[in-house]
Amino acid sequence: MNTQNDQKLRELLRRAITPVADLELKRDLWPQMLRKLDERAIQVPWLDWALVALLAVLFFLFPKTILGVLYHL
Amino acid sequence: MELLERFAQGELEAFETLFRQFQGQVYGWILRIVRDTGAAEDLTVETFWRIYRARARFNPAGNFGAWTRRIATNVALDHLKSVRREVELPDEVSQGVPPDPAVRRELRDGIASAFRQLPARFQMVATLALIEEEPYEDIAGALGISISAVKLRVFRAVRLLRKKLKRLGIEP
Repeated sequence: MNTQNDQKLRELLRRAITPVADLELKRDLWPQMLRKLDERAIQVPWLDWALVALLAVLFFLFPKTILGVLYHL
Repeated sequence: MELLERFAQGELEAFETLFRQFQGQVYGWILRIVRDTGAAEDLTVETFWRIYRARARFNPAGNFGAWTRRIATNVALDHLKSVRREVELPDEVSQGVPPDPAVRRELRDGIASAFRQLPARFQMVATLALIEEEPYEDIAGALGISISAVKLRVFRAVRLLRKKLKRLGIEP
């Protein structure tokens, strides 16, 4: 009985929600892809931001280290 | 050097060739799952972004199409999980095929609404298997699970759908 009911429900589902009519891609997505690649390329990784924050804290607590860092640049 | 090898080494031209070759297939597969053309385009680009990032892990002797489809399936699944928290999924893409008039409108709306409330992984498998009538083998390949696992998910999706319909006072 349950299997029969399940089958009926499957049929109803098929009739209530129809398959996608048109699966064809209407435009080339490569330009969008290139934009995404460019955007991600210029994003600064979180580790870099963490290092900048660490240096800022270091300079604030020990201002003399600025001279040492500048000497090594 | 072969195209896939050049892609795995990060050559942008090789990636572009593969993108142009596979974008239509990836879009079609994602559209079957998310049923929204705008979202399917964005998710196609997201899929290829993930593919490009993971290029070093791709084995050039492997099947690029199958690998691509698996990534696209994960991207579409992530999308289903995120949109269900915000809004109901649109169903704009089946407008060309009118729903069966023999099915009462309230019953049809009830089924569609209950279907959208299914957990994303059940909704996705049931959409592909029952609505789009994709072969179980293809669904299993795209999800990286066995055919029996697909059948089990479809079975559970139908049972869950029945429960949700009962709660809505609909006895199909």
